[in-house]
Amino acid sequence: MLDLLKLRKRHGFQAIANVRNAAVMETHRGFPIIDETKYTNDWQKVADVCPTKAITTHPAAIDLGKCIFCGECERASNGAIRFSNDHKIAASKKEHLVITSGATYAEYRASAIEARKKIHSLFGRSLKLRQVSAGGCNGCEMELSACGNVNFDMGRFGIDFVASPRHADGIVITGPITKNMAPALSDAYKSISEPKIVIAVGACTISGGVFANSEETNREFINTVRIDLFIPGCPPHPLTIINAILDFIGKK
Amino acid sequence: MNWIEIKNLQSISLDEIPRLTLDDLRSQAVEKIKSGKRLIQFFGDKESDAITIYAIVADDNNSKLYISSSKIKPEQAYRSMTPEAPSASLFERELYEQCGITPEGHPWLKPVRKGIAGIDRSETPYKFFYMSGEEVHEVGVGPIHAGIIEPGHFRFSCHGEKIFHLEIELGFQHRGVEALFAKNNDRPAYLEKLSESIAGDTVIGHCGTFIRAMESAANISVSRSAKTIRTIALELERIAIHLGDLSALSGDVAYLTGNSVFGALRTKVINTTMAMCGNRFGRGLLALGGVNYGINPKLKEKIASMLDELDDAVLLAGEVLFSSASTLERFEKTGIVEKETAIEIGMVGPAARASGVSIDVRADHPFGGYEYFPVHKLTLDSGDVFARAYIRFVEIQQSIKILREQLNNLPEGELKKTLAALQPNRLVVSLTEGWRGEIAHVLRTDRDGKIKCLKIKDPSFNNWFAVALAVREEGISDFPLCNKSFDLSYCGVDL
Repeated sequence: MLDLLKLRKRHGFQAIANVRNAAVMETHRGFPIIDETKYTNDWQKVADVCPTKAITTHPAAIDLGKCIFCGECERASNGAIRFSNDHKIAASKKEHLVITSGATYAEYRASAIEARKKIHSLFGRSLKLRQVSAGGCNGCEMELSACGNVNFDMGRFGIDFVASPRHADGIVITGPITKNMAPALSDAYKSISEPKIVIAVGACTISGGVFANSEETNREFINTVRIDLFIPGCPPHPLTIINAILDFIGKK
Repeated sequence: MNWIEIKNLQSISLDEIPRLTLDDLRSQAVEKIKSGKRLIQFFGDKESDAITIYAIVADDNNSKLYISSSKIKPEQAYRSMTPEAPSASLFERELYEQCGITPEGHPWLKPVRKGIAGIDRSETPYKFFYMSGEEVHEVGVGPIHAGIIEPGHFRFSCHGEKIFHLEIELGFQHRGVEALFAKNNDRPAYLEKLSESIAGDTVIGHCGTFIRAMESAANISVSRSAKTIRTIALELERIAIHLGDLSALSGDVAYLTGNSVFGALRTKVINTTMAMCGNRFGRGLLALGGVNYGINPKLKEKIASMLDELDDAVLLAGEVLFSSASTLERFEKTGIVEKETAIEIGMVGPAARASGVSIDVRADHPFGGYEYFPVHKLTLDSGDVFARAYIRFVEIQQSIKILREQLNNLPEGELKKTLAALQPNRLVVSLTEGWRGEIAHVLRTDRDGKIKCLKIKDPSFNNWFAVALAVREEGISDFPLCNKSFDLSYCGVDL
């Protein structure tokens, strides 16, 4: 009994007090800052090192939906690409995810997620989500689980993951959508009553990620369904996920 | 010579590998397994007009591997090994599915990853093992489960609360990983990242196994410094997951203090990995030819102080967890796997060690940094949920000790070498003790020095059947607890 009390005292209060303003460690690779002029060689050479072909040349840009944040381009580009530790990188439209040379984090944040009044009035106080892993490697799944742990405690905002799609207001999808999971995913989606939201988490879901060229995926569903929120990363940090959802439902 | 003796990470020429008839290969493999060796790979490598089948067995006590092969025409059949050597079962099913070679007399030749229960609706649904009886009922769970976990289907045959039989159908996560390795063999930098996503909870384990195979095939050796950093990363991964598992196991028996405390400790460990390389799971840390990030004195200090804090906290939290009557009541004598069973079905890793099987790749077939110091193999006897939880507790402490030693003897030196071209027509067996157990990759290069095939085996491949056996005669409400005590990967098997 004494040991238990000792343990609880030692454990203390672990939750991050202010999730909205908390910073992620310096080493984290978040929003990329691109300055094309710093690299005088052929930009194609930088594009070529990207394992998921997320870098384009005309214009010089990184598609965060494809990026796995491995940092290879940072090493290859003489400082023309630098990953900052700014982690709030989610967007409500896929086009927003393309970061061009000269784009700043502040500009990106100003327009990336559109907080709609309707969404706020429906889900601002309570949002229940059903998670479906469709070929996910368990990376995104672990970070989504972490959102509910004692450190991040997303439940304090009324946002929870629930067991049944029938109890859910929306679906959170991870993985490149394997052929074998495509029917179950679409069933789960159909089982959620309207109005419902769709959140795509991780490079695999948004673009196929490292599995973009696989013959074992079936991306028909994900390419046709309306996606409300894109959360890039491989996997995204829990603070990226929580802040994205809070921005989306218009929480201050 | 019917089999040749090799070591972990030894690159051999394809010409050196003996060729037997398929019947001989089969019967000699069975003989070896019966005499105490362990089957670690049995797979087919398809060419246009023929299939080469490789069999690899491990002699753990003598740190040796034995390999032999057979070249056959497609659609040839042979007598199944499974009735005599049950550990071959899933290998044979996989060979049948991938290469169309029928193991005649296999007791349960069903799909591994394709055409699973009702997935492709144009096909006839797979028929599950069926038990009849007046009060017998079935419970189907999945592919989508209640929590945030990967998909798989579990079909229970129960009598009241009691489980008589559990059939596990996986394959839902099949992403064609092995095919991607062969198809993109001109893009090693991409493959390095792909190997991190074989199983996202074993980033360091799988990526390390793959890049060591590549380095061996290219005949380069990485610096001591890089090896040490890789060792540190692998042990941090082991500690992090073991802590996460203790947290989840506590949660499964409604012991919420344990759930919170171990969970918070895990966060500290993965944040340390993030301080090393910018990613909580170690993505981007390992590289072909070495590592991308070094450990400077400030970081070293940070890791050391995290370990000090962790050491005390784990000891205290473990003592409280394992002395609580309500926890022990649920953990002890639940989901037992006997030692004989564990050996027979070819279990690996902490789950096998919890059943008294003394195997650990770090000690038996040392790789990378583990060539320079001994690792003591830890085992427990009871084979129940308690043993699988407790072995994690002691392995965390062991890993903390290893980490301290490695940190205190951190060699200086170059972090990364340029990878030379792979040598043509070589084969490398690369084994690693990941946190789940033995990861085995077999890399084969073609005559142009490109990857012809990469055969991947996650430890979950060996251990899933143990879950099915562990829950027999248990209450169905204990299934989540039993399942978590193994904590197996779906995508690692489905590939």
